[in-house]
Amino acid sequence: MKQFSPGWTLIRIYTILVYVFMFAPIVVVIVLAFNPKQFGIFPMEGISLRWFIKLAQNESIIDAFKNSLVLGSLTAVISTGIGILAALAFIRFEFPGKNTLNTLLLSPIMIPEVVLGVALLLFLRFLQQPKSFVLLLIGHVVLTLPYVLLIVQARLVGIKKEYEEAAKSLGANAFETFREITFPLLLPAILAGALFAFTISFDDITATLFWATAQNQTVPVKIFSMLRNSISPEINALGAVMIVLTVTTPLLAGYLSRKFSKIKD
Amino acid sequence: MTTGKKQPIVQFKGILKRFGDVVAVEKMNFDIEEGSLVTLLGPSGCGKTTLLRMVAGLEEPTEGDIFIKGVRINDTPIHKRNLGMIFQNYALFPHKNIFENVAFGLKYRDVPKTDIKKKVTRALEMVRLPGVENRMPSQLSGGQQQRIAMARAIVIEPDVLLMDEPLSALDENLREEMRREVDNLQRMLGVTTIFVTHDQREALSMSDKILVMKAGRKQQEGSPEAVYNEPTNHFVADFLGHSNFIKGEVVGVDKDHVNVRIETGDVLFAENKGGFSTGDAVEMIVRAQRFDAFPKNEFKPVAGMNHFEGRIKDRSYMGGEVSYFIELATGREIHIISMMRTRLYSNGESVSVQVSPHHCHLIPLE
Repeated sequence: MKQFSPGWTLIRIYTILVYVFMFAPIVVVIVLAFNPKQFGIFPMEGISLRWFIKLAQNESIIDAFKNSLVLGSLTAVISTGIGILAALAFIRFEFPGKNTLNTLLLSPIMIPEVVLGVALLLFLRFLQQPKSFVLLLIGHVVLTLPYVLLIVQARLVGIKKEYEEAAKSLGANAFETFREITFPLLLPAILAGALFAFTISFDDITATLFWATAQNQTVPVKIFSMLRNSISPEINALGAVMIVLTVTTPLLAGYLSRKFSKIKD
Repeated sequence: MTTGKKQPIVQFKGILKRFGDVVAVEKMNFDIEEGSLVTLLGPSGCGKTTLLRMVAGLEEPTEGDIFIKGVRINDTPIHKRNLGMIFQNYALFPHKNIFENVAFGLKYRDVPKTDIKKKVTRALEMVRLPGVENRMPSQLSGGQQQRIAMARAIVIEPDVLLMDEPLSALDENLREEMRREVDNLQRMLGVTTIFVTHDQREALSMSDKILVMKAGRKQQEGSPEAVYNEPTNHFVADFLGHSNFIKGEVVGVDKDHVNVRIETGDVLFAENKGGFSTGDAVEMIVRAQRFDAFPKNEFKPVAGMNHFEGRIKDRSYMGGEVSYFIELATGREIHIISMMRTRLYSNGESVSVQVSPHHCHLIPLE
């Protein structure tokens, strides 16, 4: 049998190492979440849900969790609403300044989040308004809108204009056409966009650090502040919960969009 | 006007459409009679689809008015125009089944539920696809989808049926079959139809009237026979069928004939349909199928017929017919499509070519 050349062996080792360094910390966090002891020692002395129970009893974390859920859901709804309307305007209509406006709406993807975070704060200072939940919400909508817009636009391009024209010629007005034709055909993209928006909002830390107040902490911000005091195993449990949530949501989005896209054609 | 003719149902009055700086349709005046099938024919980009979309309400005319049943509809939104539209790519709603597709227009017309079912069933029978109500569009073939699209458009009993190249997405054999089907259905229902196509055969075989367009301008309107046999300009003659264009000068006019000296020096007779006098520069148009070719040594001239001599330069045998290119003494070539009433000629053979003055059509030289 032919032996692998040293070059190939190196590449294999390299690849394995890359994956180990990427995933090992995540695995460690999840594994340690089930560690009964205060300090993470290997081998673990048994398995326990102790830290999860403690987590469930920690009200400030529960509050942060609720905040994150509410924020994420509202962000998803508002972003998707604006995203649908903007996508319709960009794909179906011609108006002056269209390209500029489109670039403007997509720009938060390209701008570093730190800059975005500071900029919105400065703008708020300029308006002489206090930090609030609304600010956080507006910020998250700005952050997530580009993703929703890109997903919905891509789908809308694929929906032939003739469907809408046929519906109108048969007697449906603009709203009925949207309700009966465009919206159902767009639904997979809308769901996927909403789930992406939720995940991004739920996950965000950099910009949120600038916008959150003591009352409006989100889970990532809470974890960050807990880390500054001590490394409690509770954080591992919280991390495990976060990982499960943020991994399953986009997977679900992908699954849904694939399932619904079969209707097309 | 009470000329005894049927009332025009669609009227274009001074229609002009501009997209930015580009003029898509130029000052169009055109009437469509009730119950007729009118074809807008022309190469792509000639403005025929734009004209159709203006009737539908999908485009707004820049200038001019469109009337349907005597009412100006420029400002009537598309969904209130009661038109049936059929698209090139069928445009069946992919997320609705066939019943929902066909019933779509009835929902907006206050039709009772039981009647909806009856009407959909009958429409599907008319397009010869009964019983497919529960299937999805993607489960049907292209031809079947186009039939469903037809059912969906006719079930609402539209004032005008608009068809935008409805057959061009189908393959050759199916197209022929669907063409007859559209034709039969249209005559059966008697619904006024505007049919857009770039296919001259479709236009000639189906239409009551053809409007030939080029670069946004009307070139000619008339019955298929008129447009084919008496084209008013070079473009129309060239676009429809295989034509020979022979330049010449009118050297004499009598009651029956116009005598034209063509570029070879021969003088040919064309039927006198009026409008030409001695000295006019003209172009003589002769369809390739109108010539008859005979072996030179067996040819006996017939009084009153045009004839000249040439040599077979090139031939293509096509089974039922033969296409010859015949070189005249001056080097000019004439294209003949022969139905082979005599025999097959070989390349280089000398032949005499005969054509009746009746088939020599004159237009002014452009």
